[in-house]
This record gives sequence, C-alpha cells and structure tokens, in this order.
Amino acid sequence: MTTQSSPAPAVELVGITKRFPGVVANDRVDLRVAEGQIHAVVGENGAGKSTLMKILYGMQSADEGQMQVRGSEVRFSSPAEAIDAGIGMVHQHFMLADNLTVLENVVLGAEPTRRGTIDRRSARRDLEELGRSYGLDLHPDDLVETLEVGERQRVEIIKVLYRGARVLILDEPTAVLVPQEVEELFRNLRELKSRGHTIIFIDHKLAEVLAIADTITVLRQGRTVTTVDSGEVTAHELAELMVGSELPAPSTEPRASDEHVTLSMQGLSVAGTDGRPAVDAVNLDVHRGEIVGVAGVEGNGQGELIEAVLGLRPTSDGDLLMDGESMDGWPVRRRREAGMGYIPEDRHRRGLLLDAPLWENAMLGHQTQPPYARGPWLDRSGAREATTRIVSGFDVRTPGIETSARALSGGNQQKLVLGREMLAGPRMLVAAHPTRGIDVGAQVAVWEDLREARRDGLAVLLVSADLEELIGLADRLVVMLRGRIVAELDPATTTPRLLGGYMTGAAEGATDDEGGAL
Amino acid sequence: MTLRRIGLALAAPVGAFAFSVTLSSLVLLAVGTSPLEAWLEMLSYGSRLETLVETGNRATQLYLAGIAVAIGFRMNLFNIGVEGQYVLAAMLAAAAGGAVNLPPILHVVLIMAVAMAVGASFAGVAGYLKVSRGVHEVISTIMLNAVALGLTGFLLRSWLLDKADTTLNMGTPEIPPSGRFPNLNGVVEGLTREITRGRELWGFLLVAILVGVLFHLFLSRTRAGYDLRATGLNPFAAEVSGVDPSATVVRAMLLSGAVAGLIGLPEILGDAHKYDLNFTQGLGFAGIAVALIGRNHAVGVGIAAILFGWLDSAAPILDVVGDTPREIVSILQGVVVLSAVVAFEVVSRIRRAAEARDAAEATQAAVTAPDGTPS
Repeated sequence: MTTQSSPAPAVELVGITKRFPGVVANDRVDLRVAEGQIHAVVGENGAGKSTLMKILYGMQSADEGQMQVRGSEVRFSSPAEAIDAGIGMVHQHFMLADNLTVLENVVLGAEPTRRGTIDRRSARRDLEELGRSYGLDLHPDDLVETLEVGERQRVEIIKVLYRGARVLILDEPTAVLVPQEVEELFRNLRELKSRGHTIIFIDHKLAEVLAIADTITVLRQGRTVTTVDSGEVTAHELAELMVGSELPAPSTEPRASDEHVTLSMQGLSVAGTDGRPAVDAVNLDVHRGEIVGVAGVEGNGQGELIEAVLGLRPTSDGDLLMDGESMDGWPVRRRREAGMGYIPEDRHRRGLLLDAPLWENAMLGHQTQPPYARGPWLDRSGAREATTRIVSGFDVRTPGIETSARALSGGNQQKLVLGREMLAGPRMLVAAHPTRGIDVGAQVAVWEDLREARRDGLAVLLVSADLEELIGLADRLVVMLRGRIVAELDPATTTPRLLGGYMTGAAEGATDDEGGAL
Repeated sequence: MTLRRIGLALAAPVGAFAFSVTLSSLVLLAVGTSPLEAWLEMLSYGSRLETLVETGNRATQLYLAGIAVAIGFRMNLFNIGVEGQYVLAAMLAAAAGGAVNLPPILHVVLIMAVAMAVGASFAGVAGYLKVSRGVHEVISTIMLNAVALGLTGFLLRSWLLDKADTTLNMGTPEIPPSGRFPNLNGVVEGLTREITRGRELWGFLLVAILVGVLFHLFLSRTRAGYDLRATGLNPFAAEVSGVDPSATVVRAMLLSGAVAGLIGLPEILGDAHKYDLNFTQGLGFAGIAVALIGRNHAVGVGIAAILFGWLDSAAPILDVVGDTPREIVSILQGVVVLSAVVAFEVVSRIRRAAEARDAAEATQAAVTAPDGTPS
C-alpha cells in the first residue's frame, strides 16, 4: 500500500466498518484515491458502495476505521464538514428545487451576501466563470423544471464546484441518462480531471467504468475485493470480481411465439394531466409466447400504458383485448382473474404488504382464487402451502413464511413477487422494470424465470429502463416517445446506442445516427 | 422464538401501564395527596362484586365502541364519528322499540336491527363523501357528530318524546318487557355464591363477545376481511391486487357504523329501557382510546375495555373517601393511551430489527452453504 511514491492521496479510507441491524454494510473497507484521478467504485447493489460514500460525505458515521483527506485525519459528522474539507457529492436522485432558477439552485445554502442580502451579481459572475472554465453549458436564469435530466445533473455538478469541492463523488450518475447524455457527462468529467479535480464515480455498468475511470475498486458484500488500473482488466473480469462467480447476461433465444394474440391494444389512448394525451393511439399486439419490450425515457407514457392495461387508469379512446375479448369496463380484479400477472416497478409501493407475513403477500393479487381462497373464505393452509412452494421454487431466502416482507432484501422480495405471479399460471404478464434495484444473482433468476414462462406460452409486456435487459430478453422492441410508439425494432440488430437515439427523438425517421447525436 | 414474541407483545402494554401509574402517582404527590392510599382505596372498592359487575357492563359498551373504531383503523380510516353514530342509533332504536309490541326475541332483534341500520347509514354518509367527493373522513365524521347530537335532541323533543312522562326527564316511551335483554345475574351468583345487591350484569355482554369473535373471523378468515386489511397496510398494492378502493371504504364505514349502533343498546335493553337524559355519552371517544391500546385486535381491545371499564367503575370511590381528586383516573387513562402508542412503536421497531437480522442470516446461510444443500 505504501509502495507508491505519489504524494498523499486525495482521499484515503482505512478499515471502514459500518453495521446496520442485521447487516454489515461495510466490513473493513479500504479505499485509496489518488489526487487528480477518476476512481470508480463498482459492485452489485447492496455491495456497500453507497454506504461508503455516505460515510465519506458525512451523511453517516462509520463504526470503525479512519479517513484521511490529503494526508490529514478527518472525521465528518455532517455533509457541511465534508464540504468544508473540499468534498462534494452529486446524488443519484437530484436534490434541486424545481421552481427556482439554475442560479438560485447553485447558490442555495451558500448564498454570497452583501449587507445581509443575496449578492446576485457576484453569484452570477462566479457561476458563469465556472461554466466557462469547465465547459459546463448552462443558462443561469433557466428554471430548473424546464431542464432535461442531463442538464439537471450539470447543475448538481456546478453546485458542488461552487462550494469549492476538489473531490467530487458521483453516485450512479449515468443511471438516469441515455447514452448520448452519458458521453456528454464523460466529457465534463475529463475536463474536471484535467483541472486537477479528483472524481469518485459509483457505478455498476462496467463498459462505462472502463471507458472513464483510471482506477477501479471492486466491492463485494461490504468488503474490498481489489483495486485495479482500468487498463489491466476487461469487463468480463471485472464482472466476475463483482459477482464472485460466472457473469450472467440476458441472451436471446429463438422465439417461441405463435400467431395467437394474447393482448391487443388498438388505438389505445390515455388522457394525461396536462391535456396532452399520455398515451396516444398506440397499436401493439403481444403474442402468446412472446416478450415485447417497451423502451423509452421515463415519463413518456409507459407508466400510463401499463396502468391502462391493468385497469388502474381509464382509457380515453381505443380498445384493449385479451385473447380477442374486449376488456372494456373490466375492473382490475376481473383482469387479474382472467390471468393477467403484474410485476410492479416499485415493489414496496405496489407489490407488497410490507408489514404482513410472506404468505399473506403471496396471495396478494390472487386472493380470490385457489389455492388462496375457497368461496368467500381464505384458505390459510392452502396459502401457506403455496407460499412454501414459492419460497423453495424461486429461491426466496427467508427464515420462514411468517416473516414479514419488510425483513427481506430487495432481491428476495422481487423473487417472491415473481414467484407468486408465476405460480398463478398467468396468460399475460405485465412486467415493469422487473430487475430494478436487485442484485445480479436475483437478476439472473428473474430473467431465467421470464424466459421459461415465455417458452410455456406466456405473453409478456416488458417495460424497462435497462436497455441491455430489453435487447437481451425481448423478441420485439418498441420505443415510446411522448405517448406514441415511434419505432419498432428487432433486438437482434439493435444496439443500446441506437435505442437511445430513438428514445430521445434524435433518430426519428433515421436508422443509423452513430456519432450524430452529440 | 414464539416465547420472545409473546414477551415482546406483553412488554408494551404492561410497561405503558406501569409508566402511567408511576406518572399519575407523581401527579398525586405533587398536589400533596398520598398515591398509595388512593390506589389501595380503588383496589379495595374495585374488587367488590358490585364494582366488578359495573366493570363488566361498562366494558361491554367500551368493547363495542373499541371494535367499531378498530374496523376503521384496520384500513386506516379514522371513524371519529362513532360518538354521534351510537347516540343517534340508540335514541332511534329505543323509540322504535317503545313504539311497537312484538314477541320477545323478535322485539329485541328489531331494536338491534334499527340501531345497526341507523349507525351504518350515518357512518355511510362519511364513507360516501370520502369516495365521491374526497372529503377526509376525520373532517366529515367530526362534523357529523355535531349533526347527530343535534338531530338526536331535535327528534326526541319534537316527535319521539314520551308524553306520559310528566317528570323533568325527557325520554322516549318505555320499551315493553318483550323488548328487554335478560341479565346474567344468575350466572354471576352461581359462580361467586354472592348476591349482586342492586346491580345487574347486562346480558348484552354475550352479544359483545359474539361481535368480537365475528370481527376476528371476518378479518383473518374471509376474503373481504383480507381486502380490508390489505387496503389498510398498503392501499396502492391493494388496488393493484384487484381491491376496489371506493367499495372497501364504504364497506368498512358501514360495518364500523353498524357496530357503533350497538354501543348504546346494553344500557337501553338491559337497564334504562328507554333513551333519556341519563343516557351515557362519550363512549365513542373512549372507544378510540380503547382501540388504540388494544391494537385493533379482538382480544387486545377486550383487555383494554376491561381496564378502562374497571378504572371508570372504581374511580367514584375517590369522591367519597380521602382527598384524592377523582380526575386522577382520567389523567391515568390519558397517559396510558399515549404511552401505549409510544411503547407499541418501540416494540415494533425492535421486532422489525430482529426480523431483518434473521432474514439476513437466512440469506447469509444460503450463500455460504456448500453446494447441494439448499436450505
């Protein structure tokens, strides 16, 4: 560790340990970040990356271990202290006030004052100076609510720079960006690096990490696995380091679909809140044994489409047919009983009763049918027995079926949700971001189960923000933009980049825009 | 495991009660009276058969009130209107009972049916306002309480008054013997070999127990009960699972109101045989406290009802003996409610943490288990 002759590292963490009830989030983690480098911290969800960064940024305090910033020992009890030490953090979920301008957001909490009032002139001067010198293109007077995601992220970065940060922590900065925006971000990061800033970059998308980072530290189950130079590893090796075993990836297989149309949307429209239709005359068929992927930047009508299919949201026009029968006027329960399964995008909000035992969660959505019910009565022993089958069949790791759903990890909760939908033998499955926020192991399990169900004739409508997942799982891909389907693609010949072009509208009408979107 | 669970479940109410007694004792010390003397006085008066019979009667009413509130609580509906619902229901049921002559059992059934229907429809108004107009049920039920109490007085004075009664007491005509509920004194005297001088244990106690059993069976064994609980635990997930949120709200309010309608009947059928100015009010609000302490569980609400019933029945002795203000019992009851709510929260956090630990261990065990030994 001390063999390098470089000066004191920008940040050095030694033996950091952080325990939460039931889990050790960080177990003697070491991290040494050299000055002026881009240092990636990678690992699966739950590997302890975010906890480590929260400790470094003073949002949480470590139970054990030391921290040094530029050679001097520090201990932060709040982000304010970290900021004073020159450390700034760009959160995954932006913390901006939508109804304020860019300028106001940047100075918020660190306003320059003159005789007790905000000195707007000097704030504006500083902001423009920062933007110019780092190539971060922003207009100080734009309202934040009018900005695109990529621009909001730039506001966050400038906000951190404005507070004098020399070390920037970026928590999964690319998660919300489309590929073209990612490139823009990387250009900004390189610029920051060339000006001597140190960047700590949290991610689990390996291609991106290899493209931008100088050094990579891998965490697994709360421990440091290794630190390597990015030139010395391949994506495959990195992935194996992260997972500790063989790397999974979704892969297409020959389609199993036949001519039977399970779900048909015919000119389906859903009214939006602002008068514009949220879903605009969508025509889409999902065949038996087919996975249809829906790609799109979030908020382009996918959510409303799903809710309309499930019957949670009224349609304004068009028709929805299941197995050729119109579902017009069917309440949610009738659709579920007809064999429509649902994997919600947010398990906690829509998928689970967190404070109820697993067996009561297993019947949710199927509580009117065997094995969970007999007439108007619940079949408690049938439900328990079915839950036991879900737990063993779908590898839900739990102390028992009386445990409340809250106690389980995200991956195990998701396996339970998937298991209960599969056990009911659905004919149609609506899956929204089925692998969001779960670890790689569980991810593979979910993919496998979806593929198997598809082989057995299940029709799947898959909405996902994970483009690789879409390309890997779907038999057919459509892209939604502003409520409309703007492209239909064959996953076999599609790249995430191309998809990204359609998703942002940059590639409308074009088939190949490589390099053109920047 | 199960022992730890039971221990945890008991720790909260017992701890809350001990804390409340301690705090009330400090209050008594502060005003310069002896807490020990007051508690001993209550204990000795409270262990007399008459007081215990009184406790049973009071607990019967409190239990019905607690269950009425608990039905709403179980799906995060705050039916604050139990108070108004039961007073209006009791008055109209008593009036109906006094206006007709029917064979014995049928007469009682009619009175109960009227009470439940009035309670349900009055609570249903709040349910309807919530689903059709988005009016929060706390607002509407508080308002409806005022409406119910005003309506009760108005209807009583204008149309339903007993013209034969020439005293200052205003009440509905007396219900004939066929519409009365037998008491359980025979049972009490058989068990204790003592005579309950001047006190009757109301037979409606059995109805309250039946309501508790049905409440428990409904929630834990029926699909409709599951839908109701699921809505309370997570309305979004419940809706996705096919529960119609509006219908569930209305159904829960109707049920809550129907049970609320029964609250006044033990007294009317067992003792007063009419609705008059002596009718006990305030039980609806007490029911909120009882439901909170009882954790909306059939057995828990029962224990809470007995505790509050006993405190109410034993408190009057403080007026007679010593110089302890009787209001100390109200203070005690209030502190019990607050500290029980806090204690339950603390215990549920402990339980959650323990469960998370177990689940993490299970995951860990599965990860580190050698191949071929799935747990």
